[in-house]
Amino acid sequence: MEPGLNHILFISAALFFIGVYGFFTRRNLITILMSVELILNSVNLNFIAFNKYLWPHKLDGLFFTIFIIAIAAAEAAVAIAIIINLYRSHQSIDVESTEELKY
Amino acid sequence: MNGSTIIFYLLAALTLVSGLLAVTSRQIFRSAIYLLFSLIGIAGLYFWLQYEFIAAVQIVVYVGGIVVLIIFSIFLTQQSGEKLPQQKLGRQLFAALAAFCGLALIIVQLFQYQFIGTSQTAVEPTVVNIGNQMLGTDVGGYALPFEVVSILLLAALVGCIVIALRIKPETN
Repeated sequence: MEPGLNHILFISAALFFIGVYGFFTRRNLITILMSVELILNSVNLNFIAFNKYLWPHKLDGLFFTIFIIAIAAAEAAVAIAIIINLYRSHQSIDVESTEELKY
Repeated sequence: MNGSTIIFYLLAALTLVSGLLAVTSRQIFRSAIYLLFSLIGIAGLYFWLQYEFIAAVQIVVYVGGIVVLIIFSIFLTQQSGEKLPQQKLGRQLFAALAAFCGLALIIVQLFQYQFIGTSQTAVEPTVVNIGNQMLGTDVGGYALPFEVVSILLLAALVGCIVIALRIKPETN
């Protein structure tokens, strides 16, 4: 069968829920961040697929993808800075150890 | 079943299988490597869709930037070779159930809905077209979001430095 819009939407839905599964089960902050990256990537794939198959006369989906990639990069950098800082003060990066946010 | 179709299914399998392994592997470093392959698979899908610029951006930002950052932070925070603790079976089961129910809902919706595209002439996603629209200030231009994202990146840069700054103990 020739792959089309539905195939790509299926892949991105599956990838989204793989990320959701990881987000629910993981207890380590870095792996949670990895799950969030998977979710953001599935959203990007969705935007590109809609742009390619439904509105090829515009480039708006592509711009949304570019901005999501930029924001995801900023988010990952800030999250990793917070995680490393947390490791310094708590010697652990499990979510159970992040109950207190103050010193 | 021509070559393009086969490549599509190979890329899809690479993306989904390595994504699944990335969220289930109990060794965190392997998990990061599986994430890397999943992101490469998505970049391959962008190439397959002939959005070459986005594919290049995906490889540069995710594979070259974010995954390397994640691997560095694993080295800084994790005893290497140590396995992540086993999760409770009930938690895994309910998470899998929730994810599966959501996926089933989406797929049912997908098969019922009929998408209708436009028949207008396509704009080629070349770098020239992308650049002209991204920096355009007329209708449909993305100059303002571009500037906002620049400020966001600057704020994130400053924020990272401030957060990761080591506070020196006060000397009395």
